[in-house]
Amino acid sequence: MNKTLSLSLMLSWQDVKQAYRRSAIGPFWITASMAVQIAAMGVVFGIIFKTPLYDYLPFLASSIILFGMISSIITEGCMAFISAEAMIKQLNVSMFVHVFRVVLKNVINSAHNLVLIPLVFLVMWHPIGWQVVLFIPGLMLVLLNLTWIVVVLGTISSRFRDLPQVVAAFMTIAYFVTPVMWQPKLVPGDIAHLLLGLNPFYHLLQLLRLPFLSTVPTLENWLVSLTMAAIGWLLAIQVLKRFGKKIAYWV
Amino acid sequence: MTVAQITFDNVDIEFPIFNANGRSLTSRLLEVATGGRLDKDPGGRVMVRALQGLTFSIEDGERVGLLGHNGAGKSSLLRVLSGVYSPHSGTASVVGEVASLIDIGMGINPEATGKENIFIRGALLGLTKAEIQHWYQDIVEFSELGDFIEMPVRTYSSGMHLRLAFAVSTVIRPEILLMDEWLSVGDEGFKQKAEDRLTSLVDSSKILVIASHSRDMVEKICTRVIWLEHGQVKMDGPAKQVTEAYFA
Repeated sequence: MNKTLSLSLMLSWQDVKQAYRRSAIGPFWITASMAVQIAAMGVVFGIIFKTPLYDYLPFLASSIILFGMISSIITEGCMAFISAEAMIKQLNVSMFVHVFRVVLKNVINSAHNLVLIPLVFLVMWHPIGWQVVLFIPGLMLVLLNLTWIVVVLGTISSRFRDLPQVVAAFMTIAYFVTPVMWQPKLVPGDIAHLLLGLNPFYHLLQLLRLPFLSTVPTLENWLVSLTMAAIGWLLAIQVLKRFGKKIAYWV
Repeated sequence: MTVAQITFDNVDIEFPIFNANGRSLTSRLLEVATGGRLDKDPGGRVMVRALQGLTFSIEDGERVGLLGHNGAGKSSLLRVLSGVYSPHSGTASVVGEVASLIDIGMGINPEATGKENIFIRGALLGLTKAEIQHWYQDIVEFSELGDFIEMPVRTYSSGMHLRLAFAVSTVIRPEILLMDEWLSVGDEGFKQKAEDRLTSLVDSSKILVIASHSRDMVEKICTRVIWLEHGQVKMDGPAKQVTEAYFA
């Protein structure tokens, strides 16, 4: 396992470095466009939702950036095995190398965007509470969930090549259905619970986002995410057991 | 001291072809001049049967050559040996640490420097960072790349590219060595050096399996030859005997 992790870390680091090569700021280009997006959307939706920027901008910045990480891991995760075809067909390494590679690469890339969060809080002069330390366990649990999702989607995608497109379309919808741009408090009671409570992305996003907004994620957020991780990993292990050996034939 | 051994029992390898139309195949079983057998499974899906009913064992110390036309199953067999393909049916047991020199350029990133690529290639070969560090100077000297080692690999000539790949890939000392053709790299001066290095690598391995089309090479190096045809063993025996039949 140690070897798997160090190999995937090296490969993902190479992937990130690749974006820096012959580019002055590398992945910070994504950060720059993200900054512009947050500023523009912050002003427009701040007016539409009639929310003061002091509240809305910190919410929007943390939401977009953290949901962006979830979303990019899932959409790119579909390609985890397909894009590693050359390596899979030559080397007998654990399939987890390719899974961790995609997850780590996107985490490192997202870290480039993460610097925007304190920046926005600073500009808005919005305090960050002690709750921010909960971001670490939250991130762990979210990554634990995303990893099994990548295992499952990556495996199915290597067999059914339409899946990545379906997932990409699905994630676009998830972006609007999940309270990323709009605040959860905007939907009234009962509907809220149905719309939000049943949305797994909502709970994952809350775990990552609330620590920045001086709030402790609810017990429900934790429990739903933990349950998902447990069930998901059982599924992922079954998928790998049944189909892991076929991936080399499928890619 | 462990003993390396390879045992195949009735090994079948099938590739599902998802984008071929099964109905366009006129007969249920097609045998073509080259390649494995095209077959349809009960569900109507097209399958390429790359290896069929392979049964043999290779003992410690053997140098095995694989002969066969294009598509006879040599590469598929090498991939089963390296653990990439697991048999569709039958069992393939490989005891010993396996390394392959099949695609020595795999993983080399043209945008990265030669130095970075030594570490990438090394890690893919299963070496730890400390081990690569230990071999680093040796690899650089052997490849004779000098200051180019700090340059991106895309600035290399194809010969330099190969030298780098060869220098890294041959530092390993596996028990079972897999090769697809004898590696021959570089200009005259380098060739001899590479030849010596490869020979010492082969000598230190317990089992060598090499796919080849070259009669001279096979007769010089191998003690035994397996002749594959349409994914099946056509002949298996001492090198001289099989090459005589194959090249007849």
